[in-house]
Amino acid sequence: MSRLTGGLIDRSAALSFTFDGRTYQGHPGDTLASALLANDVRLMGRSFKYHRPRGVFSAGSEEPNALVQLRRGARQEPNTRATVAELFDGLHATSQNRVGTLAFDLMAVNDLVAPVLAAGFYYKTFMWPRAFWEKLYEPVIRRAAGLGRLSQLPDPDAYDTGFLHADLLVIGGGAAGLAAALTAARSGARVILADEDFRLGGRLLAERDPLEMPVPDWIAALEAEFASLPNLRVMRRTTIWGTFDHGVHGAVERVSDHLADPGGRVRQTLWRITAKRTILASGATERHIPFADNDRPGIMLSGALRAYANRWAVTPAAHVAIFTNSEEGHRTARDLAAKGVGIAAVIDARPDVPKTEYRTLHGHVTGSRGRLGLRSVQVTAAGRHEWVDCGALGVAGGWNPNIQIASHHRGRPVWDEAAQTFLAGPGGPVGLTVAGAAAGQGSTAQALASGARAAVAALADLGIAAQLPALPVAEDQAPDATPLWHVPGKGRAWVDFQNDVTVKDIALAHQENMRPVEHLKRWTTLGMATDQGKTANVTAIAVMSELTGQPIAATGTTVFRPPYTPVALSVLGGGDTGPQFRPRRLTPTHSWAEAQGAAFTEVGPWMRAQYFPRPGEATWRDSVDREVLAVRAGVGVCDVTTLGKIDVQGADAGAFLDRVYANAMASLKVGMVRYGLMLREDGFVWDDGTCARLAETQYVVTTTTANAGTIYRHMEFCRQCLWPDLDVQLISTTDAWAQLAVAGPRARDLMSRIVDGVDLSNAGFPFMACASLTVCGGLRARLFRISFSGELAYEIAVPARHGAALMARLVEAGADLGATPYGTEALGVLRIEKGHAAGNELNGQTTAQMLGLGRMVNPKKDSIGAVMSRRAGMVADRRVLVGLVPVDPAHSVVAGSHLFAEGAVQDTDHDQGWITSACHSPHLGSAIGLGFLEDGAARMGEVIIAANPLQGQQTALRVTSPHFIDPDGGRLRD
Amino acid sequence: MLIPHPLLGLRDASEFTYLGDAALLDRPDGMAPDAAARFHDYVHLRDNPAGLHRELWFHEQGDRSWLVVTRNTLTHEILGAELARDVKTGGAA
Repeated sequence: MSRLTGGLIDRSAALSFTFDGRTYQGHPGDTLASALLANDVRLMGRSFKYHRPRGVFSAGSEEPNALVQLRRGARQEPNTRATVAELFDGLHATSQNRVGTLAFDLMAVNDLVAPVLAAGFYYKTFMWPRAFWEKLYEPVIRRAAGLGRLSQLPDPDAYDTGFLHADLLVIGGGAAGLAAALTAARSGARVILADEDFRLGGRLLAERDPLEMPVPDWIAALEAEFASLPNLRVMRRTTIWGTFDHGVHGAVERVSDHLADPGGRVRQTLWRITAKRTILASGATERHIPFADNDRPGIMLSGALRAYANRWAVTPAAHVAIFTNSEEGHRTARDLAAKGVGIAAVIDARPDVPKTEYRTLHGHVTGSRGRLGLRSVQVTAAGRHEWVDCGALGVAGGWNPNIQIASHHRGRPVWDEAAQTFLAGPGGPVGLTVAGAAAGQGSTAQALASGARAAVAALADLGIAAQLPALPVAEDQAPDATPLWHVPGKGRAWVDFQNDVTVKDIALAHQENMRPVEHLKRWTTLGMATDQGKTANVTAIAVMSELTGQPIAATGTTVFRPPYTPVALSVLGGGDTGPQFRPRRLTPTHSWAEAQGAAFTEVGPWMRAQYFPRPGEATWRDSVDREVLAVRAGVGVCDVTTLGKIDVQGADAGAFLDRVYANAMASLKVGMVRYGLMLREDGFVWDDGTCARLAETQYVVTTTTANAGTIYRHMEFCRQCLWPDLDVQLISTTDAWAQLAVAGPRARDLMSRIVDGVDLSNAGFPFMACASLTVCGGLRARLFRISFSGELAYEIAVPARHGAALMARLVEAGADLGATPYGTEALGVLRIEKGHAAGNELNGQTTAQMLGLGRMVNPKKDSIGAVMSRRAGMVADRRVLVGLVPVDPAHSVVAGSHLFAEGAVQDTDHDQGWITSACHSPHLGSAIGLGFLEDGAARMGEVIIAANPLQGQQTALRVTSPHFIDPDGGRLRD
Repeated sequence: MLIPHPLLGLRDASEFTYLGDAALLDRPDGMAPDAAARFHDYVHLRDNPAGLHRELWFHEQGDRSWLVVTRNTLTHEILGAELARDVKTGGAA
């Protein structure tokens, strides 16, 4: 055990966990990383490309190396950073990205062939032979690359989405964030404080006595005050992962990731936080100093060593060395020495090394030894080498402010020559200010003061007066600023640990002219791993600047995109999976159809009855054929509520519809219905439907189910944006009226039984008539004599709540007439047999002329799309809608097949059209289809070939009229 | 994104459906002799400014107003929003 004294862990309780099958003990307050170090486990993973042994490198969310798989079974989660995984009893963790054991990874052979795998090797190596890419290279690379593995099982956990609003959002709960939140909350403003850690305090928890009083005491007092302020919401375990326009932030709260089982709770919540002002107090990440073989387990950031000792009371080794270019390294040495850890040496790169109570050497670390963990480091000074034995090395190269979120919009980081760091530049998110170490205010005193000042300024912007609070006396040692970017030498010196990018790779990119930072990134994959280069990018830019001889400011910088740290797709989905994936709309007859045993199908967001199986029917075709024949022979009833209905009222309703529809509507007589064709402004057909004039100033128009929303939007556009001078009002009534189609030769008999006192004879209520009336003894209704099936047919609309009752009444009242409910399949067969166009034909690529409706586009008036429909190219299209039947009745017709003349070469140049719709026609006893065919009207009787290369089908079809039944229309008119 | 609806105040952009350039308000007369050329421009040609852009948004999950929103395409700053009806008729009602 490598436990030290003190720390913020609860030693009164023991937590048991496993890593790679072995059981260990830790305490509440531990992370997986601190608990593994306490159990003398230094080897935690393998690197991405070379499979080098790797240990923990940091003590926070920037961790590049210690990526593990957490949990098992369906809850298995790959690529989790051990440094932020809160320990719980029963935690099951395994190492990843290895073949064999972690200590003996067979893929480590990659390290021996490293020269082949240098920067850009993907681009150079796998170019030829071309066919090898898909069959050989890609599968092999895919297997070798990637880190952890997904469970491939459905996620058993629940997720949630929430919305929060605040005057001020404070990102980060360290010294600056706490001071900002305290200042703002005392003013009465609505404040949210979010921190990714499970304990507030940030870097304060990692230092020895940064305040005049013990840190836990100060934070406990703050938390007590926070709890008394209802205007402040403190969100622990919450990462702000992105900032979006106008003060909208994405946040993930890990509600129960620290529990073995979420129980009844959600696992994570996706919060959308809208804040008027934001303070980014996200701290800083320590820089390392690349030197030869600097990636062995045991080599880590100096500040991380300090954090493990002070917060978690643990050291990775009994004897440690420090490599530093500033006072930072000595701070670590003193903190560790105070806890009884042996200081093998501090290697200080500065020429004037301070006098210390431990061994301090001037020089550089130039190498390391130890296969699975550090044993010694090589120190070089003035050309002389010395090996220093140590089990861990802390590297202190200065600090990089965490400004990622400040550049999620346009703002680019700018190089600050005095501070020798990148700081947030202009053009960042409006309303966001940066405070504390993230703003280069790195001492504890600076951080506290800058947080409080930022809060006062942000609230003053909103007209809220806040007072600077009394803050504790604090450590005020600002980091000094003479960076040492890397130690020159022959060995491989890692810059980006997670993606295995070395100083040599950057030199190679420079040599190959991949010098701009964006090219460097793509050539070497620098910063493209799951850690997004938090410990690598700035160092890499500095190394490139050295190679080009340009200052860093001229070399460039990278901007950042969300997410700040990895976010699981499952929480972004917010639990909207399966039936919750999108809202489902149910028709008024849904429960009635369910009771009849109907099969349902999704039609956009609607669930519609597809067919109504009966006992003895073996397949869906049996049911559909029966329903179709019942309509043709007797009468059928179908719920057609899903078609869009728009009520159009006003003195100018007719004039308005004249401009919206290609054909005339103002001339329609009251009490009559007309088929309506709508074009897009570019002249192609958009939608069709019926237009019924119920009164002088009232029309009801219908749209296809799919376009109900878009056509309503378009008509509102026409009303408000194009012709606001017209006196017309629109409202969508799709959901208000249940509408049922009643079709078949006995439809009039059936309707006569339910309609109250209206003459339905052909003279009294002819084809295309409409009326407001009552049914079933007083229920208000609208009746339309329109047909989609080619039969005598009506559509009857009643208030939606009576839809199911009306359906039941019709089927019951028509039992002796053979009244049969039918679903969307039969509806489709009936309309194909009649040659009616539907969605398959109105696919956005067809013209009125192709549909045989060219003459409907009225040349005497201006309407949407009329002008463009007369374009020469569109008028020249010779394809028209035809019917198609197989020459051999045993053959089927496949929609999507393309049409060719017999014997023609089957390529684009000879393509003569395509099949849009196909079905089996029980009326004809064979397959039939509709399609667009060049000069189709002149080719009746000709045999053509339908080619379906996807399934290797070549079918001979005979061209016919698209009206397979009743071409003269006698059935629906009589 | 938040859009300042002239009647309803700040509303989330997810309540709206975007259409595009507010130049669509100026539909040519389809009966004019040069209608073909003018519709060609109206349907196909759009400016794509880096900066201020007047554009149409429909408050579909709200009061179903069409708005003309002035937005800076570089910064996403929204400088104002008017009812399209008011813009078309030349002033607030």
